[in-house]
Formats: sequence, structure tokens, C-alpha cells
Amino acid sequence: MFSGNRRILYLLPAAVFIVLCGFLLRGLSLDPALVPTALIDKAVPHFDLAPLDSQASPLASADLSGEVTLVNVFASWCGPCRIEHPLLMEIAEMDNINLYGINYKDDPAIARDWLTELGDPFTRIGADRDGRVAIELGVYGVPETFLIDREGRIRYKHVGPISEEDWSRELLPLIRNLRQ
Amino acid sequence: MISEIGHIALILSLTIALVQGTAPMIGAARGDGQLMAIGKTAALLQFFFISIAFLALMNAYVTSDFSLANVAQNSHSAKPMLYKIAGVWGNHEGSLLLWVLILATFGAAVVFFGGNLPPTLCARVLAVQAFIAVGFLSFTLFTSNPFERLFPVPLDGNGLNPLLQDPGLAFHPPFLYLGYVGFSIAFSFAIAALIEGRVDAAWARWVRPWTLVAWSFLTIGIALGSWWAYYELGWGGWWFWDPVENASFMPWLAGTALLHSAIVCEKRDALKAWTILLAIVTFSLSLLGTFLVRSGVLTSVHAFATDPARGVFILAFLVVVVGGSLALFAIRAPQLKSGGLFSPVSREGGLVLNNLLLTSAAATVLLGTLYPLFVDALGIGKISVGPPYFNTVFIPLMTPLVVLAGIAPVLTWKRADLYGVFLRMKFVAILTLLVVAWCLYETWGSTFLGTLGIGLSAWVGIGVLVDMGARVGLFRDRIRVSLSKAMRTPRSIYGMNVAHIGLAFLVAGITASSAWRTEVLRVVQVGETVSVSGYEFVFHGVEKIQGPNYSGERGHFSVNGDTRDAIQLFPENRFYPVQQQPTTEAAIYTSWRGDLYAVLGEPDAQGGWSARLYFNPLVAWIWLGALVMALGGAISLSDRRHRVGAPHRIMSGKANNRVATNV
Repeated sequence: MFSGNRRILYLLPAAVFIVLCGFLLRGLSLDPALVPTALIDKAVPHFDLAPLDSQASPLASADLSGEVTLVNVFASWCGPCRIEHPLLMEIAEMDNINLYGINYKDDPAIARDWLTELGDPFTRIGADRDGRVAIELGVYGVPETFLIDREGRIRYKHVGPISEEDWSRELLPLIRNLRQ
Repeated sequence: MISEIGHIALILSLTIALVQGTAPMIGAARGDGQLMAIGKTAALLQFFFISIAFLALMNAYVTSDFSLANVAQNSHSAKPMLYKIAGVWGNHEGSLLLWVLILATFGAAVVFFGGNLPPTLCARVLAVQAFIAVGFLSFTLFTSNPFERLFPVPLDGNGLNPLLQDPGLAFHPPFLYLGYVGFSIAFSFAIAALIEGRVDAAWARWVRPWTLVAWSFLTIGIALGSWWAYYELGWGGWWFWDPVENASFMPWLAGTALLHSAIVCEKRDALKAWTILLAIVTFSLSLLGTFLVRSGVLTSVHAFATDPARGVFILAFLVVVVGGSLALFAIRAPQLKSGGLFSPVSREGGLVLNNLLLTSAAATVLLGTLYPLFVDALGIGKISVGPPYFNTVFIPLMTPLVVLAGIAPVLTWKRADLYGVFLRMKFVAILTLLVVAWCLYETWGSTFLGTLGIGLSAWVGIGVLVDMGARVGLFRDRIRVSLSKAMRTPRSIYGMNVAHIGLAFLVAGITASSAWRTEVLRVVQVGETVSVSGYEFVFHGVEKIQGPNYSGERGHFSVNGDTRDAIQLFPENRFYPVQQQPTTEAAIYTSWRGDLYAVLGEPDAQGGWSARLYFNPLVAWIWLGALVMALGGAISLSDRRHRVGAPHRIMSGKANNRVATNV
């Protein structure tokens, strides 16, 4: 090997490291927990769910157009849902925000007790007992929240419990945007 | 008050580290003995003050002093004492303090054991160590201070994550850090050698014991972590290719390569620049692991609570330390003269191939770990890289490596006698084929990979036994002669062979537990019998239990073997009210043949319970193998040449050949 080439060879580790650092620096400003959905900007898949409470109104994909809507996927057995719940109650208090719930793989009786204890923020709740609709929606785990526009298309998905910050920085501005 | 003493001690050790990083370096450049001697005193003082800081934090945990924010967030008065102590390093701030404590311990150890080092080399090594300490101490003090006070003082703490309330946690991080941080010594030696512009056999001989120590600890640390995951996470697996696991595995692979290349450097005065580079890379990968775990750039099951400011700090530190040392390498390494020549078929050739495979493996893990980040940063999309990738790329890399380990003892330095190698290995190959045939007979119709793995394991194991037999002239010489030959065989040979036997155990355990694991998931009624891989599990029901800081249910299974008494298994589901978190405690019965593993699930409406029952063949061999490997490291460490072998630095090139002959 020629000596000139050798010098370059010795520089190689440092060069690789510089590139690596570039990526690491970029990585610091990215959020790895942000999971995209293949359904963004697509119409909500067709579904028709029975209500959680037999006296209440059911939830179907047809109900999700006409108004900007939030759909929260929750379960009584899910710890983070309990954390998220007070914020959902606050959101429900705000005027003209449509908040629907999908009760995921849950015992309806236990889910009803859970909502009686913590309060029920949802105008409609569909019971997705076998989780089939959640699969259609590409749900990874509970809680997840979908933002749906007037045309019934999914515009945003939030994975995990919504924090105050997520609400004021991400979701609320998006909702205002969609309303215009 | 005690906490304030700890805080002050930490600040003091930072100032001492600043002195230790500069004075000896200047002293070494000027040839000023007094300035150089400051390094030793400073290293001991630093160890003393960091110990005080660590003990102060431990005191706060033991006495449940919730006026410290760190204790309030991570401890609870009702926690058992062992976890109060282990809780010190069960969080970001405390584990950093453990990190710097171990760094200081190694610094002090260099002072104790480095009596025969040339003064300039010793001064420079201690200065480089101090530089690393400055980085980590300022990181601790400025972004992650464990002594921060909290007001108003809460009545009780938030408690420790129940998954971490386990004896495994008490020992896993200290061993892991002893490994990670231990490699800092090899790094400091490499930087010091680059500054001095001289690498010779004596240098390699000084570096090797430190590398052996770090490598053995890291091996045990990783094994403990994997064992913990196996029994605590409750789904029968022991390695998940999680980014944080990979973060510990990469330095291990690079460190293993370093361990082997340092031998060539010592015995044959070759591969100098490469060995230096490996020493830098190994510790850099340890630092990278720290960055990945604590910055939040990757999703992982056991990342610490993350904070972008911390990520920026560690990245800046990485750039200075790793970037600086690689730049130094690029400038200085081309001037290192390489010594001994060798033919491709020789022990050197084998070790070069070993290094290529190990570093390729490390690069593969690095690529797989960071690939989601690359793709995300380039805006191409979001992906995750999982076990299929790692298994696909690992098996082709590890297969030749293990084959090589079987041949290794037979290869001689400089030029191996190919015909002799062939003759010796022919015998090993026949025995291996017998094992493979037996394996095919026992597990007829099962996987190709399973048979391959068992064959590889047998190849290494038999290779080692045949080598030891040949060395002592077993069955050829009289017993007395054999014994005296065995006594005269250097410890390093035993070390190598024991470590390779460990590798054979490891390969067998990984293979069998992946290829022939049986899993049964079903709802069981009281009195019902479930058959798993020939073992009859009888379900006796579930009772309520109450622990010190949890409540839960305990199931009861008994398993009837053919001859021995019934084995009793008690899997538990626990609920920790402080954290509102459930955990599963698998019940495991370990034997040579494999593990019986039971996990209790949820009750159903008809009085039955769902349960997962496994038979994991040979799975305990994995951890046994890792322990035997670490034992091999310890035996090699006790070789007399590390103790008395290198008191005088060998100046002339000719003298190097003398040390090259004894193995």
C-alpha cells in the first residue's frame, strides 16, 4: 500500500465518527416515540360499533364526519388512561369539541364502573370488545387519540396519554386550523 | 448536613480532577518529576472524595431522607433495605455517581499496581483518566446533581420501579460499569502511547491485564442483565436486541477483539496501530452507550428519564474525547513501526481473522441500533430494527468465529504447520461429527441451525480438550510426567482454554434454548394436568399473598419427573400500590437439561387461570458459559508474567523476540 493511501486510511475512523455525530445531533431534536400512521390524510376505515351502554347511542365511522372530532381509544385496565383522564374531562368541558371514545378490549360492566368513578367525557362510546376496529385503525396500544377532520379523514394521531403540553402545543392548534 | 458534605466532596473532586488532568501532562512533557508525581496523589484524593460523595448519597437513601429530590423521586420508606441501597444506582443521577466512583477506583488502582510503569507513561495515563473524570463530574454537577434539595419535603417518596426491585439490579449495574469504565484504562494507555509516540511489547503487556479485568466484569455484567430479563420480564426470553442491550454488547465485542489483538501486539510486536485503534473504539462505544441510554435518541425499555440538555452535554463530551483521540490517532499512528511478519496461516493470521469478524459484528450491531435514527434523521420514514435483522447477520459472522476458536490452540506463531493442524483437527472433526450425529438422532427432523449450533459448540469444546490433552501428553506420557507438564503450562493457556470452553457452553445454550424451546399458553383449571415437552405440570390453584410493599397472587404448579420427587413451582403476580404497577414473577426450576418456567396470567370467569408454561432446554448454559468465560479471564489475569513479567521496559527491537517464544 502506498504511504499516501495509508494516511487516508488512518483518517477514516475520525471521518466515520464525524458523520455519526452529525446523525446523533440530529437525533437529539427528533422524537423516536412519535409513531406515524399509514392512515394519515386517509378516510377513517369503515366500522360500526355497539354502544358501551345499551341505552346510549352507538359509534360508527359515519358519525365521524361533518365536525372536527377527537376519537380516544381507552380501556379500564390501562394505567396511562387513568393519568390522561382528567385532561379528557377538561377537553369535554370546552365548547364545541366532539370527543368520542372507543373502549378497547374491555369488559363493558367494568368500563362503565370506571367511567362512573372518574367521569365520562365522551359524547359517544363504541365498545370494541375483540379489538377488531383498533386493528383497522392501526392502534399500537392504549391510549391513542385520533384527530378527524370534517370530511372524515384522519389528520393526526397521538400515541400514549395526552399531556397538557401535547394538548396546547399540538392538538389544539391543529383543531383550530381544521376548523377554518 | 451529610448530603452537603457529599455535594462539597463532589465539587472538590472536580477541582482535583482538573489538576490531575493538567499538571502530570505538563510534567511529562517537560520531564519534571515533581509535576508528574502530582498525578498519583491527585488520583488517590479523587478516589477518597468521590467515595465520600457516594457514601453520603447512600446514607440519604438508607435513612430515607426525602429532602433530597433524587431520593424522593426514587425511594420509599417501606422499601426493603437491599433495594434502598441498590436504589442509589437505580436512577440517572445516582448511576452517574457510581460511574465516576468506579472511574476513580480504576485511577487509584493504576497508582497501586502501576509501580513498574515508566513515570511519563503513568503520568499521562492518569492525566487522560482525569480528563474523562472532569467530563463526567461536570456532567453530574451541572445537569444531574444527585444532592439537589427539595422543598417542601414530601412525607414519603415515589418508590423505585418494581421491576428494578430485584437482587439482579443490585449487582447488574456495578458489574456493567466496572466493565465499561474499566476500558477507560486501555483508552488512557492508548492515548498516552500516542502522545509518547511509542508502542512496544511492554506497553501491550501493561494494557492487557486492565483489558482482561474490564472484559471479565463486562461479561458478567451483561450476563446478569440478560438473566434478570429472563426471570423478571416473564416471557422466557433472555436477549431482546434492545438498543440498551446493544449498547453494552458493542463494547464487549470490540473489547474481545482488543483482548486478542493485544496478544499479537505483545508477542509479535505487530498490529500496533490496530490495537491502539481498538482501545479507543472500545471505550468510545462505552461512551456512546451512555449517550444512547441517557439522551433519549432511541426508544428502549430501560432508558433513563431523558432530558435534551443532558443529550447535548454528552454529545459535546463525545466529540471532544472520541473526536480528539481519533484525530490524535490519525496524526500519530502512521508513525508507529510495525514489527514481526507472519504468514496467513499462523496464530497471528487467526487472530487477525478473529478481529475482523468481531469488529464486523460490532459494526453490524452499531448499524442495526442506529439505523432507525439514520432513517428518521434523513426523513425517509420511521422503522425499527429487530431480532430478524440481528439473527440474520449474526449467525454468518459468529459461525466462522467459533470454528476459528476451535482451531486456535493448534496454530503456532509466525507460520503454522498446515499438515499438523490438519492432522490434529481431523481427530476433533471426527468427534464433532459423532456429536452432530447424536444430536440429529435425538432431535430428528428439527432445524438445521440447531444442529449447526450444537456442532459448533462441540467443535470448540472438543478442540480445547484435545489441545489440553496434547499439551500435557495425556495417555502418551506417564501420569507423573503429564502432571508436571500440566503444572508448567502457563496460566494464560489455561485462561484461553477455559474462556473457550465457556464459549462452547454459551453457544450450546443459545442454540438449544432458541431451537428447541417449548411454550404452552392455555387456561388451566385446578387439578388439571398440562404436558410440556414431556413434563406434566399439575395446577393446584392460586392463593393471595402480601409482601412488604406489594400484594398479589401466587399460583402453585407441581411437575412430576420420572424418578425424582415432584418439583414445586410458585409463579406470582404482584401489585405495587406506591407505583400503581403490576409485575409478574416467573417460577423457574433450573437443571442441566433445561429450565421449567411457569408464568401466571389472569383469572377467567369460570374459575380457571391463564398460564404460560415453558421448557427452555440448556438455557442455564448461557449464563454458565458467560461465567466460565469471565473465569477464563481471571485465570489469564493471574498469569505470572502480568505480575513479574514486565518490570523493565524493553528498549531494543531484538529483545522483543525473546518474549515471543514462550507460548
